[in-house]
This record gives sequence, C-alpha cells and structure tokens, in this order.
Amino acid sequence: MIGQTSPAVEVSGLNIALDLPDGSSRAIVDNVSFAIPKGEVLALIGESGSGKTTIALAMMGYSRFGATISADRIRIGDMQIDALGERALGKVRGSRVAYIAQSAAAAFNPSRTIISQVIEPLIVHGLASRKEAREKAIGLFSALALPSPETIGDRYVHQVSGGQLQRLMAAMALITDPELIILDEPTTALDVTTQVEVLKTFKQAIVASGATAIYVSHDLAVVAQVADQIVVLKDGRMVEQGKAGDLLRSPQSDYTHSLIAAARPVNRAAAPDEAEALLTVEAVHAGYGRVRDGRAAIPVISDVSLALGKGCSLGIIGESGSGKSTLARVIGGLLPASAGAIRLGGELLAPGLAGRSREQLRQIQLVFQNADTALNPMQTVRDAIARPLAFYHGIRGAAADARVAELLDVIQLQPSLAERRTSELSGGQKQRVNLARALAAEPRVLLCDEVTSALDTVVGAAILDLIDALRRQMGIATIFISHDISTVRAFCDEMLVLYSGRVVETCSKAAFSTPVHHPYTELLIDSVPALDPGWLAMLGERHAPAIADTPADEALCPFLARCPVAIAGTCDSQPPSLRETAGMRLLCHAVQPQLASEALNQ
Amino acid sequence: MAAPAANAPVWLGLTRVVLQRIASALLTLLLVSIVIFAAASLLPGDAAQEVLGQSATPEQVAALRHEMGLDQPAVTRYLDWLAALLGGDPGRSYIADMQVTELIGARLVNSLSLAGITALVSVALALTIGIVSAINRGSKLDRALNIVTLSLVALPEFLIATVFVLLFSVKLVWLPSIAMVSPEATWSEMLRSMALPVACLTFVVSAQMARLTRAAVADQLDRPYVEMARLKGVTFRRIILFHVLPNAAGPVLNAIALSLSYLMGGALIIETIFSFPGLASLMVNAVTSRDMPLLQACAMIFCAAYLALILIADIVAILANPRLRS
Repeated sequence: MIGQTSPAVEVSGLNIALDLPDGSSRAIVDNVSFAIPKGEVLALIGESGSGKTTIALAMMGYSRFGATISADRIRIGDMQIDALGERALGKVRGSRVAYIAQSAAAAFNPSRTIISQVIEPLIVHGLASRKEAREKAIGLFSALALPSPETIGDRYVHQVSGGQLQRLMAAMALITDPELIILDEPTTALDVTTQVEVLKTFKQAIVASGATAIYVSHDLAVVAQVADQIVVLKDGRMVEQGKAGDLLRSPQSDYTHSLIAAARPVNRAAAPDEAEALLTVEAVHAGYGRVRDGRAAIPVISDVSLALGKGCSLGIIGESGSGKSTLARVIGGLLPASAGAIRLGGELLAPGLAGRSREQLRQIQLVFQNADTALNPMQTVRDAIARPLAFYHGIRGAAADARVAELLDVIQLQPSLAERRTSELSGGQKQRVNLARALAAEPRVLLCDEVTSALDTVVGAAILDLIDALRRQMGIATIFISHDISTVRAFCDEMLVLYSGRVVETCSKAAFSTPVHHPYTELLIDSVPALDPGWLAMLGERHAPAIADTPADEALCPFLARCPVAIAGTCDSQPPSLRETAGMRLLCHAVQPQLASEALNQ
Repeated sequence: MAAPAANAPVWLGLTRVVLQRIASALLTLLLVSIVIFAAASLLPGDAAQEVLGQSATPEQVAALRHEMGLDQPAVTRYLDWLAALLGGDPGRSYIADMQVTELIGARLVNSLSLAGITALVSVALALTIGIVSAINRGSKLDRALNIVTLSLVALPEFLIATVFVLLFSVKLVWLPSIAMVSPEATWSEMLRSMALPVACLTFVVSAQMARLTRAAVADQLDRPYVEMARLKGVTFRRIILFHVLPNAAGPVLNAIALSLSYLMGGALIIETIFSFPGLASLMVNAVTSRDMPLLQACAMIFCAAYLALILIADIVAILANPRLRS
C-alpha cells in the first residue's frame, strides 16, 4: 500500500520512441524520471523539440504521431498508467488526469457552446447529471474570475477573448476534481498583461483544488512563479532537476545557464544622439474600410508620429490589437495611410506600394514574424535570397551566387544550406534566411515585426544579437516591433508605446530607467515576469482588471478604463495633453505633476 | 440550453440571412432565365421551318412564324414568356401541339422519383464510405475505398450502365433492362424497374461525394479540439457525432448538393440506355425539334432544382456554424 510520504506522481525510466517508416525507431524522450509530492507543481522546461509536451501527454498514456511509450513506471495515485489499456485510459483521461492546452482558441470546438464542452468530462464519465454539471461549471467560472459566469458558457469560442478562453479551459480541466492537472504552455499565447491575470487565477485554482500539477513551458520566468520543482529538458533528456528557487539561483548545467541568460537580455549601448532623422512619420492615420476625410471606417492607428535616425533603433511596443503590425505595414506601404505623411531621407513617400518607386521600395524592408509562412516552402534558400538581388540590383547568375554566399556568411549560416529547400530548415535558420532576404535589398530601414516571438528563447536571442550587430556595422536603421518590453529595452535607443492605435509614450533609452512613465507603460513593465519565485505574490493587488473597453469618446485617453491613477473629473472629460521633458513625451493628465517635479530635481 | 430571451435577436438575424439567400437565389434564377432565353434564340434554324418541313414555301414559313409570334422582337418575346411563366404557364409546345405542362408533368414525376431514390441511396452510401475511410486514414480499408471511388469517378457512366445490363439483365436475368414506368405499376414493380438506373446513377454520384466527405472529416480530425476531446476521455463515437460532424457539415453538404444537382439534368445517358422516360431526354428532343417553350421550361426546372439544392446546403451550413449564424 502507498504510505503517506509516497509522492502523488511517480515516473521512472520513461522512454518514448517514434517509429520511422523504414522500420527503425528514434528516441524522442530518453530515460526521464521524476516524482511529485501531492499538491505540488512540477515544471517541465525546455525548447521546442525537447520532449516536454510529449512527456506530459505520456502521463495520460497518450502520444501524438503514434509514438511508443515505454517506462519502468508511470504511477498517478493508485493507478499504474503504463499498465492500462486504451479503454481504461479513456476512463482516466478527463476524470482523474486533466489537460489544459496551449491554445484554448483551437482546443475548443468552434460550433458547440463552451459550456457544453466544459461539462463534457462530467457527462461522458457519468459523474454528474447535466443540471449538476452546469451548476458546478458556473461555480468554477466565478471562482476563475470570469465575467457574467451565469451566461458566459452559452457563448461560442469566437465570442470570447483569449484570456477568458484560457480560464474556461481551466474550468473544463478542474470540473472533475482531477488528481493531476497538466498545463501545456497555458499562457504562451497571451499578452503579458493578460498572462499575469491568468497565471494568478491558475495558481489559486491549483492550490484550491489540492491537485498535483505538471506545468510545461519554455519560459523560465513564468515557471518560476508557479513551480515547486523544475526539470530542465534538452533533446528528450533531463539536463537538470531541482527545487525551483535553488535551480534558478544556482543552475548547475551550462544549458540552464544559457536559458537564464537568454531570458535576461543584456543592455546595448545607445546610438549617438545627433544622428539625422532618416525616416519620419507625421500624424499618420490608417485603418480598414471606406476612407472619409482621411479617417478609415475602422480606424486602427490614429495620429501616430515618429522619427528614426540613421543607424538608430526604435522599439514599438503594445499588446495584440494595439496597431503595432499595422504601423509597420503602413510604413512599408502595404496598407496605405488614410492621412499623414511618411518621409524617407526628406523625400515624401506615396501612401501605397503602387505609388512608390522601386528605389524607394528597396530602402524599406520588412522582416515578418512568421518565417514559416513568409518563405515559399518550395524555393531553395538560394532562390529566396537571389530574388531581391535580381529585382532591386539586377544581379543574376554567378554574381548572384557569390552575393548569396556573402549574405549567408553575414547571417551566419553554412554556405552549403543554399541548395536546401526553405521547408527543410529549423525555425531559427528560416528566420535568418528571412532576414538575409531583407538585407539582400540593402535597405536603409529594416522593419522587424515580432521576429523572435515564434522562436525559442535562446535561438531568438541569437537572432536579436545578429540584427543588433548588423545595424551597427551597416548603419541600417531598425524598427523592432515587440510585445516584450525587456527586449525592446535592451536593444532599442528609443521606445514608442502604442495603445489602441495611439502613441501614449515615447522615451529615450536614458529616460527609460527613470521611474516616471505612462500608467500603461508601467503596467507593461510590471507585467513582465521576473526570474524570481516571489514575483507574482509580490505583485499583489496592484493590478486593475485587464479587461476593459476603450472609452466611446475618441478624444479622451484610450487607456482611461484600465487606468489605476485616472483623475475623476479630469481624465473623463478632457483629452490627455502632451507633456514633454528630456527624452520623453507622454499623453497623460495624472503623471504630469510627477514629471514636472522630476524635471525640477535634475 | 441558452435562455430564449438572449436568443431572440439571434433568430431575427438568422431569418434575415436566410431571406437574403432566398432573394439572391431568386435573382439568380431571373438572370438564368435571360441566359436560357438568349441561348435558345441563338440555336440555328427555327420551329416554323421544322414544323413545315423542307418543301414549305417561304410564304408559308413566314405566315407560321407570324402565327407563332416568332417575328416579334426578342425582348417582347422574352417578357411575354417570363410573364406567362410567372403565371404558371410555360406555353404551348410548337411540335406536339400540347401544353408544355402536360408534356413535362409525367416526365417530371419520373425524374423526381429517380433522383429522389438515388439521392437516398447515394447519400447514405457516400457518407458511410467517407466517414469510415476518414476514420481509418492510411489503413488498407481506406486505400481500398480510395481506389474504388477514384475508379468510379473515372469510369464513364455508359460503361457502368452497359456492364450492369449485361450482368443483371442478360446473364443473370434478375432485373429488366428497360425501365418501363407506367402509371398503373405497383410500387414493387416500379422499384424493380428502377433498380438498374438507380444503381448506375448511385455509382456515378456517390464516388465524388464520398471523396469530398472523407476530405472534410479528415481535415476536422486533425484539429486540436479533437485531440482535446480525446484527452477528456470522450469516446470515439461521440467525437465523430458531437464534435466532428457539425464542423464538417458545411463542406459535406455542399458536396452533396453539387452531386445531387447532377441527378436531374445529367441523367441523360442513363435515361437513354434504360429507355427511361425522364426530363433530360425530353429536353434533348426539344433541342433537336427547336421546340423552344419546352426546351426553356426544362432548362428552367434544372436550374431551379440546382439553385434549390445549393440554397438548402447553404442554409443548413449556416445553421451548423455559429460564426455564420451571428
């Protein structure tokens, strides 16, 4: 019999192998062992391909792509998972072991109401009547701080926000009071500000349910907030295992060191201040639908101005839907601005691609977020890079081959990769090719739209280093679009904060470290998890709820509904006025006095 | 499950969407009527010449043309025809000296029963084959079904029909090779006489439906929500019925509608081989004899049937998809 001290979950000698078509098999998880005491959270951390999700799914006796699971032991409570057949496993899944997937938007059936799916585990396992199940679900919805818990379940996936869906999925997992909950990157797809809220609710819910949990993530800082124990994985093997605090404070392996280093980008030197403005954007408006009086029917960005000096880098930051990518598309000419001016080197650019000369097109290049979809999978690396060489510079044949080899060297890829199809490359290699393609045009301005968000931390950090080095060597002005404020802070000379399509703050690198910021910038800074297990608890109640609508009157501050320092009678009646001090401009009533005093002290 | 009060505006919006679809189908039918009339007018030769034969004098032809109204301008003839059609009268046959409605009446019933029985058999067969092969993707069964359906798509229907006649009528002498449909026939006699045409048409239309159903169901089976359902311990049967089919309904229904619309007008070869008195052969006769009122009426029926099927598929797909519903 299992004694009191015996762990709730025990795994030893877990191997998972993929059967290849030629009859051989390839190990994707190799000899993994761990034990979790009841009520604790174990984190599986590693990059893509490390086997972390594969291990987590093996806890339910499930494997993707028909991989074979074998283990000395996989025990959950009194169940020997590795000894159960498919039928018995079906009874365990969703009742005693529950799973929370990375993307709730994809994991919910789009044509069924949410509540019918949330109560499904209770119904299919015969644990409750439909009426009882519904009541229990509504109870969980309110425990998970979902708005209007009575009716939210009757909606469909497309009617609910990402953060809410993730909580609804947690309710679906918790509804059967499982012994083990598996959370597979549950906050990765969310904005930082939403992530904090969801993390907090998840942590409380796990504690309240008394369940044991396995938390799969690539993000050390997130893991630090929820995990008691951490297992670091690389290529299906365990690299290191230990108590969360100890492992983060004093990592033993080089690999863990590199993960921690990548999570803390090193600050780069700022570019000289006197650089002349190369690209200027003046009071630009853009959006979708019919344009009337310079305003689109569905406006996305309003009154955005910025200036970028030669060889400088500007970071644009904001949550999803803030208009970051739209701004890049407007500068690049993909989406014509409905009003305002964009100048490059003093020359006025036409709003749309069709009105720009080839030479103007060449000077502004975009690097897209998702190299997977930006590259034609049937093209070779050589073809992908040679195309802009021919288009912009008329370089063909042997000269093009030589230039492609040069560019591959610049982006630090083997010349032998030139003949590979782009679909045969890894994510990091694809993003490098994507970058080389932009560099082939020899641009003066490089627009990098979330170039690392689809990549693993370590790989992404290397790409950022590369772009930073190239910018300094070649004097290319860069715009980094990112949702990650710590990246922008480390790499950019200047930062621009967008909120519902409006610039709420711009600040220089020097001014960034001062404590005075727009309340929205403050919220973004506070939402980035620190590599400190106490961070989430310390954050406490400072956060206002992240779900709020923008005010109906577009002249007012767009952040009003979420603002913790809004002044009643002022912020809700007068448009925020622009305040400028050394290296900083922001739109806010509330922080102006502070700014003024700050300026006095200097 | 949801409160009725919250649903009222949804139903209102839904009714509006459905009415819009119906209106656009009617508009399409109107445009089609123009095309049909124009195409019929472009046919070389004319009915007066056809009726009187080669020996008629130009004066006789002209007199008959005047009597038939063929000397009127095309627009006038079109509007007269359309007005009569809306009043339920497609006109009088030039050749048979009968009302078009009378000529079509019996044939339409025959065609509709042939299409109806074939639809019942082929939809059931195609859905079963499609779902079974999607579930067993990559298995021997799937590959076998794949080869069979692909061959059936490729085989011309006259070949299938001829082989069937040889096999069932000539060698085995189980079924009649000629589909005699008389009003006095009992149900069992009628079914017996229709067995071979139905079987041939089923072969022709279900293969395509089965392949499209397989593709739609297989596509849904790869979605993350199916994996999520498995990880909730949902049985496979329930995954298919509760999760996959509502999402696959849109493409599957469209495939069914497209295949079934073929049954009315496309059954010509089958009608000819089995001497089946259906609409398609009637329409071909109308073309050869330049019997414009009959030809136009048949063409309008085929187009209306096609539009009705597509409309039903669209509306059911909207009902199955909450995103389209709102």
